[in-house]
Amino acid sequence: MADRKRATARSMDSEEVVDGAGAQRLPAAAAGSMALDGLIHERVRLGIVSALLASGRLAFTELRQLLDTTDGNLSAHARKLEDAGYIRCRKSFAGRVPRTDYELTALGRSRLGEYVEHMEALIRMTRES
Amino acid sequence: MERRLRLDDAPSPPTALSDRAIENVSFIRRTMEASGTFTSVSGAGVMAMGLLALVAAALTTRFPTPGGRIAVWSVAAVLSAAVSGYAIVRKARHRRESALSGPGRKFVLNFMPAIVAGVALTVALASAGLPELLPGTWLLLYGTGIVTGGAFSVRVVPAMGLAFMALGLVGLAIPSWGPGLMVAGFGGLHLAFGAVIAWRYGG
Repeated sequence: MADRKRATARSMDSEEVVDGAGAQRLPAAAAGSMALDGLIHERVRLGIVSALLASGRLAFTELRQLLDTTDGNLSAHARKLEDAGYIRCRKSFAGRVPRTDYELTALGRSRLGEYVEHMEALIRMTRES
Repeated sequence: MERRLRLDDAPSPPTALSDRAIENVSFIRRTMEASGTFTSVSGAGVMAMGLLALVAAALTTRFPTPGGRIAVWSVAAVLSAAVSGYAIVRKARHRRESALSGPGRKFVLNFMPAIVAGVALTVALASAGLPELLPGTWLLLYGTGIVTGGAFSVRVVPAMGLAFMALGLVGLAIPSWGPGLMVAGFGGLHLAFGAVIAWRYGG
């Protein structure tokens, strides 16, 4: 939840839209009501939701291999997405081996769609300006 | 690891906001493509299917009637499915993945309609007294299933499907070549592409 608050704090609702490097500024009026979802914006979490959108369901080990990250890093980011209701976690056993699968929720699907729209809008605005 | 992505491959330095947006959209696309790739197709399993087909082809020479030959190929198809399925599950377990995770499930769902159509056409063509069209039909529909299912797999898989489709079209155009095309397709193509899959993607 803390991330959601930070995301809101970082959202592009100020007078000017500024990227992380402060390299380019766009008027907020042009950005409309878009608010960047900081929870998804982080690279590992963006990878998780994108992969789950394409695959429907993926095991922890599959995500770790795909995103080329560590157990701890993936676990921490996945938990944040799970806490926000973006993904769903299912734990089971394959024989005696514990298994963790992740699925994208309707909320997560919707948020990723909004994020992509947001990115595309930014690209369009830059090209038009 | 052909499915691995680099998380730190953003443009350096990330200057313009639009550049970062483009990179983010590109990253989403790359991730979706990589995660949608079914890599548990077993080369050994495909080669085993080829060997089974060669055995079946040899056995069909002992059956003078179309019904007998259809029965032999049907049994071979069931055995091949079992062997291939076992090999895929084994490879997936070895990689600590699920054979029926997202990409695997898509592979099966896209592969099966062509197979169901093949079964229905087998019954229809055999009943209509047109068994000479069965080899071309089987090769074409099996290839179609491999192409559609293989859209979610490594590239060599849909390529194998296209090769089957080509043989199927030849089989339908020249039905008398059917037995030879069955050997070339279900035997030869499985062995050749299975070796490539085993060599390039393991298992």
